[in-house]
Amino acid sequence: MSIEWYLVLAALLFAIGAGGILVRRNPVVILLCLELMLSAGALAILSFSRMLGDGDGQVFVLIVLVVAACEVVVGLGLVVAMFRRRIPLDVDETTELRG
Amino acid sequence: MVEIAFFAGAAGAIGGALAVVLLKNPFYSVLALVVHLVFLAGIFLLLRAQFLAAAQIVVYAGAVMVIYVFVAAYVGGIEEPAFDGHPRLRIFGPIVAAALFIEISIAVAGSALVGIGTEGPQDIPDDFGTPAAVGRMLLDDFLIAFEAASILLLLAAVAAIVLAGRRGSQTQEGT
Repeated sequence: MSIEWYLVLAALLFAIGAGGILVRRNPVVILLCLELMLSAGALAILSFSRMLGDGDGQVFVLIVLVVAACEVVVGLGLVVAMFRRRIPLDVDETTELRG
Repeated sequence: MVEIAFFAGAAGAIGGALAVVLLKNPFYSVLALVVHLVFLAGIFLLLRAQFLAAAQIVVYAGAVMVIYVFVAAYVGGIEEPAFDGHPRLRIFGPIVAAALFIEISIAVAGSALVGIGTEGPQDIPDDFGTPAAVGRMLLDDFLIAFEAASILLLLAAVAAIVLAGRRGSQTQEGT
Protein backbone atom coordinates (compact mmCIF):
# COMPACT_ATOMS: atom_id res chain seq x y z
CA MET A 1 0.00 0.00 0.00
CA SER A 2 1.47 3.33 -0.96
CA ILE A 3 1.52 6.07 1.64
CA GLU A 4 -0.88 8.13 -0.46
CA TRP A 5 -3.79 5.86 0.46
CA TYR A 6 -3.23 6.43 4.15
CA LEU A 7 -3.07 10.19 3.63
CA VAL A 8 -6.31 10.23 1.61
CA LEU A 9 -7.98 8.16 4.33
CA ALA A 10 -6.75 10.68 6.92
CA ALA A 11 -8.14 13.54 4.79
CA LEU A 12 -11.51 11.80 4.52
CA LEU A 13 -11.73 11.16 8.27
CA PHE A 14 -10.73 14.77 8.96
CA ALA A 15 -13.43 16.04 6.58
CA ILE A 16 -16.07 13.83 8.22
CA GLY A 17 -15.08 15.22 11.62
CA ALA A 18 -15.16 18.81 10.36
CA GLY A 19 -18.57 18.24 8.76
CA GLY A 20 -19.85 16.79 12.02
CA ILE A 21 -18.76 19.86 13.94
CA LEU A 22 -20.63 22.05 11.45
CA VAL A 23 -23.81 19.96 11.45
CA ARG A 24 -24.25 18.82 15.06
CA ARG A 25 -25.14 21.08 17.97
CA ASN A 26 -24.84 18.82 21.00
CA PRO A 27 -21.50 19.71 22.70
CA VAL A 28 -20.77 16.05 23.54
CA VAL A 29 -21.05 15.07 19.88
CA ILE A 30 -18.98 18.08 18.85
CA LEU A 31 -16.22 16.86 21.19
CA LEU A 32 -16.51 13.40 19.58
CA CYS A 33 -16.06 14.98 16.15
CA LEU A 34 -12.99 16.81 17.45
CA GLU A 35 -11.64 13.40 18.45
CA LEU A 36 -12.23 12.23 14.89
CA MET A 37 -10.22 15.14 13.52
CA LEU A 38 -7.39 14.60 16.01
CA SER A 39 -7.15 10.90 15.21
CA ALA A 40 -7.12 11.72 11.49
CA GLY A 41 -4.19 14.05 12.14
CA ALA A 42 -2.46 11.29 14.09
CA LEU A 43 -2.92 8.93 11.15
CA ALA A 44 -1.36 11.49 8.79
CA ILE A 45 1.65 11.99 11.09
CA LEU A 46 2.13 8.23 11.36
CA SER A 47 1.97 7.88 7.56
CA PHE A 48 4.67 10.51 7.12
CA SER A 49 6.71 8.86 9.87
CA ARG A 50 6.52 5.55 7.97
CA MET A 51 7.30 7.31 4.68
CA LEU A 52 10.51 8.75 6.10
CA GLY A 53 11.38 5.65 8.12
CA ASP A 54 11.85 7.96 11.09
CA GLY A 55 10.33 7.16 14.46
CA ASP A 56 10.10 10.75 15.69
CA GLY A 57 6.56 11.07 14.33
CA GLN A 58 5.39 8.36 16.71
CA VAL A 59 6.42 10.48 19.68
CA PHE A 60 4.47 13.36 18.14
CA VAL A 61 1.38 11.16 17.97
CA LEU A 62 1.84 10.15 21.59
CA ILE A 63 1.87 13.84 22.57
CA VAL A 64 -1.24 14.39 20.41
CA LEU A 65 -2.89 11.59 22.41
CA VAL A 66 -2.03 13.43 25.64
CA VAL A 67 -3.39 16.73 24.31
CA ALA A 68 -6.57 14.96 23.18
CA ALA A 69 -7.02 13.49 26.64
CA CYS A 70 -6.64 16.96 28.20
CA GLU A 71 -9.11 18.44 25.73
CA VAL A 72 -11.64 15.73 26.56
CA VAL A 73 -11.30 16.28 30.28
CA VAL A 74 -11.76 20.06 30.06
CA GLY A 75 -14.52 19.83 27.43
CA LEU A 76 -16.54 17.27 29.33
CA GLY A 77 -16.00 19.28 32.52
CA LEU A 78 -17.62 22.22 30.72
CA VAL A 79 -20.51 20.02 29.56
CA VAL A 80 -21.13 18.80 33.12
CA ALA A 81 -20.94 22.39 34.43
CA MET A 82 -23.45 23.51 31.77
CA PHE A 83 -25.78 20.65 32.70
CA ARG A 84 -25.56 21.49 36.43
CA ARG A 85 -26.45 25.12 35.81
CA ARG A 86 -29.45 24.16 33.65
CA ILE A 87 -27.89 25.76 30.59
CA PRO A 88 -29.36 24.01 27.54
CA LEU A 89 -26.84 21.66 25.92
CA ASP A 90 -27.01 23.34 22.54
CA VAL A 91 -24.06 25.31 21.26
CA ASP A 92 -26.39 27.73 19.47
CA GLU A 93 -27.99 28.72 22.78
CA THR A 94 -24.80 29.62 24.63
CA THR A 95 -24.21 33.08 23.22
CA GLU A 96 -23.13 35.09 26.27
CA LEU A 97 -19.62 35.62 24.94
CA ARG A 98 -20.88 36.79 21.56
CA GLY A 99 -19.86 40.39 21.01
CA MET B 1 -2.82 -9.24 2.12
CA VAL B 2 -1.89 -5.75 3.24
CA GLU B 3 -4.47 -4.34 0.81
CA ILE B 4 -7.26 -6.45 2.30
CA ALA B 5 -6.29 -5.40 5.82
CA PHE B 6 -6.08 -1.74 4.80
CA PHE B 7 -9.42 -1.61 3.04
CA ALA B 8 -11.16 -3.55 5.82
CA GLY B 9 -9.70 -1.15 8.39
CA ALA B 10 -10.52 1.88 6.26
CA ALA B 11 -14.12 0.75 5.74
CA GLY B 12 -14.56 0.22 9.47
CA ALA B 13 -12.94 3.54 10.36
CA ILE B 14 -15.02 5.50 7.83
CA GLY B 15 -18.20 3.70 8.85
CA GLY B 16 -17.53 4.44 12.51
CA ALA B 17 -16.79 8.09 11.74
CA LEU B 18 -20.00 8.48 9.72
CA ALA B 19 -21.98 6.80 12.48
CA VAL B 20 -20.56 9.28 15.03
CA VAL B 21 -21.86 12.18 12.95
CA LEU B 22 -25.18 10.70 11.82
CA LEU B 23 -26.53 8.88 14.89
CA LYS B 24 -28.99 11.03 16.83
CA ASN B 25 -28.33 9.64 20.30
CA PRO B 26 -24.98 10.85 21.77
CA PHE B 27 -24.60 7.54 23.61
CA TYR B 28 -24.56 5.62 20.33
CA SER B 29 -22.17 8.18 18.86
CA VAL B 30 -19.69 7.40 21.65
CA LEU B 31 -19.95 3.67 20.93
CA ALA B 32 -19.47 4.34 17.21
CA LEU B 33 -16.30 6.28 18.02
CA VAL B 34 -14.98 3.24 19.93
CA VAL B 35 -15.54 1.13 16.77
CA HIS B 36 -13.77 3.80 14.71
CA LEU B 37 -10.77 3.89 17.06
CA VAL B 38 -10.38 0.11 17.11
CA PHE B 39 -10.32 -0.05 13.30
CA LEU B 40 -7.93 2.90 13.19
CA ALA B 41 -5.59 1.05 15.56
CA GLY B 42 -5.52 -1.75 12.99
CA ILE B 43 -4.38 0.73 10.35
CA PHE B 44 -1.71 2.00 12.77
CA LEU B 45 -0.41 -1.58 12.88
CA LEU B 46 -0.03 -1.57 9.09
CA LEU B 47 2.13 1.55 9.47
CA ARG B 48 4.30 -0.36 11.96
CA ALA B 49 3.27 1.67 14.98
CA GLN B 50 2.65 -1.24 17.33
CA PHE B 51 3.01 0.77 20.52
CA LEU B 52 0.65 3.51 19.36
CA ALA B 53 -1.94 0.97 18.20
CA ALA B 54 -1.90 -0.55 21.68
CA ALA B 55 -1.96 2.90 23.34
CA GLN B 56 -4.84 3.92 21.09
CA ILE B 57 -6.94 0.97 22.24
CA VAL B 58 -5.97 1.09 25.91
CA VAL B 59 -5.98 4.85 26.47
CA TYR B 60 -8.43 6.12 23.86
CA ALA B 61 -10.94 3.35 23.22
CA GLY B 62 -10.63 2.28 26.84
CA ALA B 63 -10.10 5.11 29.30
CA VAL B 64 -11.18 8.23 27.40
CA MET B 65 -14.31 6.61 26.01
CA VAL B 66 -15.32 5.52 29.51
CA ILE B 67 -15.40 9.21 30.50
CA TYR B 68 -17.55 9.92 27.45
CA VAL B 69 -19.93 7.08 28.31
CA PHE B 70 -20.26 8.37 31.87
CA VAL B 71 -20.94 11.95 30.76
CA ALA B 72 -23.38 10.85 28.04
CA ALA B 73 -25.21 8.76 30.63
CA TYR B 74 -25.14 11.56 33.22
CA VAL B 75 -26.37 14.22 30.83
CA GLY B 76 -28.89 11.81 29.37
CA GLY B 77 -30.17 11.28 25.88
CA ILE B 78 -30.97 14.90 25.18
CA GLU B 79 -33.00 15.39 22.06
CA GLU B 80 -31.13 17.61 19.70
CA PRO B 81 -33.45 20.51 18.84
CA ALA B 82 -34.74 20.48 15.30
CA PHE B 83 -32.88 22.61 12.81
CA ASP B 84 -34.74 25.93 12.82
CA GLY B 85 -32.84 27.82 10.12
CA HIS B 86 -33.68 27.92 6.46
CA PRO B 87 -33.83 24.36 5.08
CA ARG B 88 -31.42 25.25 2.32
CA LEU B 89 -28.73 26.10 4.92
CA ARG B 90 -28.74 22.44 5.96
CA ILE B 91 -26.69 21.32 2.99
CA PHE B 92 -23.83 23.72 3.69
CA GLY B 93 -22.16 21.55 6.35
CA PRO B 94 -21.78 18.49 4.08
CA ILE B 95 -20.71 20.72 1.19
CA VAL B 96 -17.96 22.34 3.26
CA ALA B 97 -16.83 18.89 4.46
CA ALA B 98 -16.69 17.54 0.90
CA ALA B 99 -14.79 20.63 -0.27
CA LEU B 100 -12.32 20.20 2.59
CA PHE B 101 -11.75 16.54 1.65
CA ILE B 102 -11.18 17.39 -2.02
CA GLU B 103 -8.87 20.25 -1.14
CA ILE B 104 -6.70 18.20 1.23
CA SER B 105 -6.59 15.32 -1.26
CA ILE B 106 -5.43 17.63 -4.03
CA ALA B 107 -2.84 19.16 -1.71
CA VAL B 108 -1.56 15.68 -0.78
CA ALA B 109 -1.56 14.27 -4.32
CA GLY B 110 -0.05 17.45 -5.76
CA SER B 111 2.74 17.70 -3.24
CA ALA B 112 6.19 17.03 -4.62
CA LEU B 113 7.07 14.53 -1.88
CA VAL B 114 8.98 11.72 -3.55
CA GLY B 115 8.12 9.10 -0.97
CA ILE B 116 4.39 9.59 -1.21
CA GLY B 117 3.79 7.01 -3.94
CA THR B 118 5.97 4.38 -2.27
CA GLU B 119 5.41 2.10 0.67
CA GLY B 120 8.16 3.81 2.62
CA PRO B 121 11.66 2.47 3.09
CA GLN B 122 11.85 -1.31 3.60
CA ASP B 123 15.16 -1.28 5.50
CA ILE B 124 13.85 0.33 8.67
CA PRO B 125 15.13 -1.23 11.92
CA ASP B 126 13.21 -4.13 13.41
CA ASP B 127 12.34 -2.19 16.54
CA PHE B 128 10.60 0.58 14.59
CA GLY B 129 7.51 1.56 16.58
CA THR B 130 8.01 -0.90 19.42
CA PRO B 131 7.47 0.31 23.00
CA ALA B 132 11.24 0.06 23.60
CA ALA B 133 12.11 2.33 20.67
CA VAL B 134 9.38 4.89 21.41
CA GLY B 135 10.26 4.89 25.10
CA ARG B 136 13.93 5.44 24.37
CA MET B 137 13.10 8.41 22.13
CA LEU B 138 10.69 9.80 24.69
CA LEU B 139 13.26 9.81 27.48
CA ASP B 140 16.13 10.77 25.22
CA ASP B 141 15.39 13.27 22.46
CA PHE B 142 11.96 14.37 23.63
CA LEU B 143 12.39 14.58 27.38
CA ILE B 144 11.14 18.17 27.60
CA ALA B 145 7.99 17.34 25.62
CA PHE B 146 7.45 14.33 27.88
CA GLU B 147 7.71 16.42 31.04
CA ALA B 148 5.53 19.17 29.56
CA ALA B 149 2.89 16.54 28.72
CA SER B 150 2.87 15.35 32.32
CA ILE B 151 2.35 18.91 33.59
CA LEU B 152 -0.38 19.44 30.99
CA LEU B 153 -2.21 16.32 32.18
CA LEU B 154 -2.00 17.51 35.78
CA LEU B 155 -3.38 20.93 34.82
CA ALA B 156 -6.23 19.32 32.88
CA ALA B 157 -7.12 17.14 35.86
CA VAL B 158 -7.20 20.19 38.15
CA ALA B 159 -9.26 22.12 35.58
CA ALA B 160 -11.81 19.31 35.36
CA ILE B 161 -12.22 19.25 39.12
CA VAL B 162 -12.66 23.04 39.21
CA LEU B 163 -15.14 23.07 36.32
CA ALA B 164 -17.30 20.09 37.19
CA GLY B 165 -16.78 19.80 40.93
CA ARG B 166 -19.54 20.52 43.41
CA ARG B 167 -19.59 24.07 44.65
CA GLY B 168 -21.93 23.52 47.57
CA SER B 169 -24.29 26.46 47.89
CA GLN B 170 -23.71 27.71 44.38
CA THR B 171 -25.23 24.67 42.73
CA GLN B 172 -28.25 24.73 45.04
CA GLU B 173 -29.04 28.28 44.04
CA GLY B 174 -29.43 26.99 40.53
CA THR B 175 -27.39 29.81 39.06
